[in-house]
Amino acid sequence: MTNQPAGGEHTIHVALPFHLRNLAGVGPEVELAVHAPITIGRTLDALEARYPMLRGTIREYHTGQRRPFLRFFACGEDWSHEPLDRELPEAVIAGRESLLVIGAIAGGSN
Amino acid sequence: MSSVRVLVGTKKGAFVLSSDGKRKDWTVSGPFFAGWEIYHLKGSPVNPDRIYASQSSGWFGQVIQRSDDGGKTWLQPGAPIGENPAAWPPKPSNKFTYDSSDATGKPLTTHQWYDGTQHPWEFKRVWHMEPSLSDPNAVYAGVEDAALFKSTDGGESWSELSGLRGHGTGPHWQPGAGGMCLHTVIIDPSNEQRMYIAISAAGAFRTDDGCKTWKPINKGLVSPMMPNPTAEVGHCVHHVAMNGARPNVLFMQKHWDVMRSDDAGDNWREVSGNLPTDFGFVIDVHAHEPETIYVVPIKSDSEHFVPEGKLRVFRSRTGGNEWEALEKGLPQKDCYVNILRDAMAVDSLDKCGIYFGTSGGQVYASSDAGDTWAPIVRDLPAVLSVEVQTLA
Repeated sequence: MTNQPAGGEHTIHVALPFHLRNLAGVGPEVELAVHAPITIGRTLDALEARYPMLRGTIREYHTGQRRPFLRFFACGEDWSHEPLDRELPEAVIAGRESLLVIGAIAGGSN
Repeated sequence: MSSVRVLVGTKKGAFVLSSDGKRKDWTVSGPFFAGWEIYHLKGSPVNPDRIYASQSSGWFGQVIQRSDDGGKTWLQPGAPIGENPAAWPPKPSNKFTYDSSDATGKPLTTHQWYDGTQHPWEFKRVWHMEPSLSDPNAVYAGVEDAALFKSTDGGESWSELSGLRGHGTGPHWQPGAGGMCLHTVIIDPSNEQRMYIAISAAGAFRTDDGCKTWKPINKGLVSPMMPNPTAEVGHCVHHVAMNGARPNVLFMQKHWDVMRSDDAGDNWREVSGNLPTDFGFVIDVHAHEPETIYVVPIKSDSEHFVPEGKLRVFRSRTGGNEWEALEKGLPQKDCYVNILRDAMAVDSLDKCGIYFGTSGGQVYASSDAGDTWAPIVRDLPAVLSVEVQTLA
């Protein structure tokens, strides 16, 4: 897949935490075809469409919001609290950097 | 020859323990879903190779797993790994939405919070899975915040049976220390329209019309920590058990007090008798002797471990009140484990096998109805639930 095919589609790299990799049966990183504008929300839409077993595990079903103990990082910046419709950095859109989905170091019930 | 399969849910994964009918030599497989909390696994009585599991995590939420080969392999119903989702309409097997629709639902009320204020109803996890007695594709899920869900497609999708949550007393329900969980689901084998559930802390409820309507069945329960100790709802019921041969007789381990009902829960009376403490979580009934019951007393609601450093199962052969300590093969010194509410089970072999798991990661088995015990495994993660399947 090229990174900028016709129609504004880009190849976005998403790095997943260990347990979500196991659920989806994938390696540390997945490649997704995402249509511009490239936002976290649209990237997660593409992720959940390709790997429906991940629905509800990153975003709450009912609110569509990030689950409290997950974080988003891009290009060394914390995107956890950015609006889901804000466009991601150019390096992520160009495929040079990945969107990181990371479990909070503290969190969960144990 | 008969065999048994013990399904163990722990704080860090699931394990399957297998043995022949002698129940002396065991094989241990797992961990399955390593690193996740497995609140409960249970097999279908119609097709024992079909097992449902509740997998959850504070990070990633609720996931449902199903095995169709007796626990060897697992899949998320509706979203199998390796298949192209474009080829099939994926079903959200981990979507548990309270039904507040006009057509089939009930309004989403609030419930009482720890401090007495009202708090929104929020789904957190599945505590208990109860497969149908007649249809391997049908399974009930008891969830936190308390409600009852049902799947009729093998766990691929779930619908709330809202008659329970919408009973009308919801604003008086409150969470116990573990959350406001629906942890017990019992189907009457003589009449599947009749079911029992229990909620901590709301109490026990019964339906006689296949989950359309429910009534609280808490008459006789006394909970001194409540403003009205004999209120219709609000009691912290820890577990309820039934022997299917006598479905009108129920036994209950309440927060404090061991209780018994002889009229399908309409009235309860205390049968704690000579127990060293009547606080505890588990209770179960012998498979063939409906007056023989088992509990594991815990020191107190502030000290969740067995009293005196001794792990003892207590057995009553008189349906309560008169209890004997069963300790042969169990640690009788420096033991401070807890046994959670879904962590005891009985098989249906002769002699009846009893199994329980501890917060210390031990799973103990008795192949002689509790007279003697031996550990199957000693060092699992903390055990959350134990179920056993008796296989032909």
